[in-house]
Amino acid sequence: MKIAVCIKQVPTREWQPRLTDDKTWIREQDASFEMNEPDAYALEEALRLREKLSGEVVVCSAGPARVQQVIREALARGADRALHVEDNSLAAADAAMTADALAAAMADEKFDLVLTGLQSDDQGHAQMGVILAERLGIPHSTIIMEVQVSENRLRVKRELEGGWFQWIAMPLPALLTIQSGINQLRYATLKGIMAAKKKEIRKVPLPAGLKPSQEILSLSLPVRSKQTQMINGTSAEAAKELVRRLREEARVL
Amino acid sequence: MILIVAEQRNGVLNRASWEAIAAAQQMAGGMPIGVLALGASVGDAAKELAQADVAEVLTGEHAALGQYTPDAFTMALKGVIEQKKPAIVLMAHTYQARDFAPMLAARLRVSLVTDVTGIGGEGASATFTRPMFQGKLTATVRPAPTGTVIVTVQIGAFRADKVRRGGSASVGPVEIAIDTAAIRQQPEAPFQEAKQAVDLSQAERIVAVGRGITSQDNLPLAQNLAKAMGAELAASRPICDSGWLPMERQVGSSGQTVAPRVYVALGISGAIQHLVGMKGSRTIVAINKDADAPIFEVADYGIVGDLFEVVPALTAELEKK
Repeated sequence: MKIAVCIKQVPTREWQPRLTDDKTWIREQDASFEMNEPDAYALEEALRLREKLSGEVVVCSAGPARVQQVIREALARGADRALHVEDNSLAAADAAMTADALAAAMADEKFDLVLTGLQSDDQGHAQMGVILAERLGIPHSTIIMEVQVSENRLRVKRELEGGWFQWIAMPLPALLTIQSGINQLRYATLKGIMAAKKKEIRKVPLPAGLKPSQEILSLSLPVRSKQTQMINGTSAEAAKELVRRLREEARVL
Repeated sequence: MILIVAEQRNGVLNRASWEAIAAAQQMAGGMPIGVLALGASVGDAAKELAQADVAEVLTGEHAALGQYTPDAFTMALKGVIEQKKPAIVLMAHTYQARDFAPMLAARLRVSLVTDVTGIGGEGASATFTRPMFQGKLTATVRPAPTGTVIVTVQIGAFRADKVRRGGSASVGPVEIAIDTAAIRQQPEAPFQEAKQAVDLSQAERIVAVGRGITSQDNLPLAQNLAKAMGAELAASRPICDSGWLPMERQVGSSGQTVAPRVYVALGISGAIQHLVGMKGSRTIVAINKDADAPIFEVADYGIVGDLFEVVPALTAELEKK
């Protein structure tokens, strides 16, 4: 089985936002990056399927040179090789443009299964995987919590809202967007890190003429919907003051 | 026109569809509003939707829409959009919309703006605000002018009780064309994993833990605080994903929606998927080491500090007298 996993590199959770002077993107030089968490679960699911069914796992990513960091990490965790659509303009690309870029690079590979995270922790459009499926001409399902493969068919458990689930069957090839928590992640071993250095990363140029579907006019810190009363002091002082306010002001204790 | 795609299951409307109507009324600027109910049989839903102050309610009925699939919904909606040529198609950012809206936009080659929390301006020149970077930043975006633009609105961002009602909407069918042989997904009936033993929605007080707790071994800290407060223990998704607490204690879009008198968030950054499940709480307390964590945007009381110090101090304070 030939499995593709689309991964994105995003700022780390600890990153404190700082903006470019025109306030339309983040200052990337101040950010440190990591693998988008839902994509890490998609990668793990792909590795588990390969262990069960044999075949290969190919990491696909669209972004500037910096995304090699997460590609190498995915190879160290066990992916076999990688495709990298490299272009600086992809750093802030929206979901439609990223999907078009990946579709062009992936079409000839004829993957049996394409996995990716359900959304990215940066722009968070929650669109890329589904658009990619449409561009590749294959069926999809989203927010998947379990994957079963038999013969040329797929049966997947899709998460609905409020604790509901649903099984859905479809033919292969297909694309799934994976929900965080579908499995337990593995981490790279030293042996894996060494092996990754010899694995192929094929660079693919960005096809000409791709257009974004939306333009970021500005980024800003969110407007607070509530006036938060911040309580300062040492931990003991703050604890005491919070309990007093919850009892006397809010009257909830 | 603005076309709203209402979501219904077995004749019961998703409440968030009313929020989409509220958003449409806000941005219409004179454009007529139509609401589309899709399904095998949507008469009851259509009657309910016709109470809104909109121009028309369209019933899009087809046997293949009885069980949701992205393929059937995309084919049906593509046809309706090509007939009606709406400037804007609006719907709630539900799991179902997330499943088909990108496919629909891709097939029509139009722009899709998701998870919208605010709308600036009116009509076809509107701009949209939406969270980015897990809610650390808010973006104002302008979709590329693609004839039709599809927009999904975040659940809870627009108020269903603000919908203007009129009751003069016409109700009528719209032609639905689906090539049933082209539907590739075969869905089975939805189910619930286990009857939920803990009904957090009824809890008066909740102490919830997030990633900041760092390890399962630290959970007693939160448990002790919950006990001292007479509160139920809950968690954000990553904690339940890791198996540290059962899934039934998860608050958020994929877990339970709660509205206790007091909600204490410990080490929860406040990703939007969590906030939608708890922001209706009467009093929200956030304790987090990161002063910029989005949880502080919804908190009434905040302490920026190390929860491993603050929480024991809080428990001790509550246990006094």
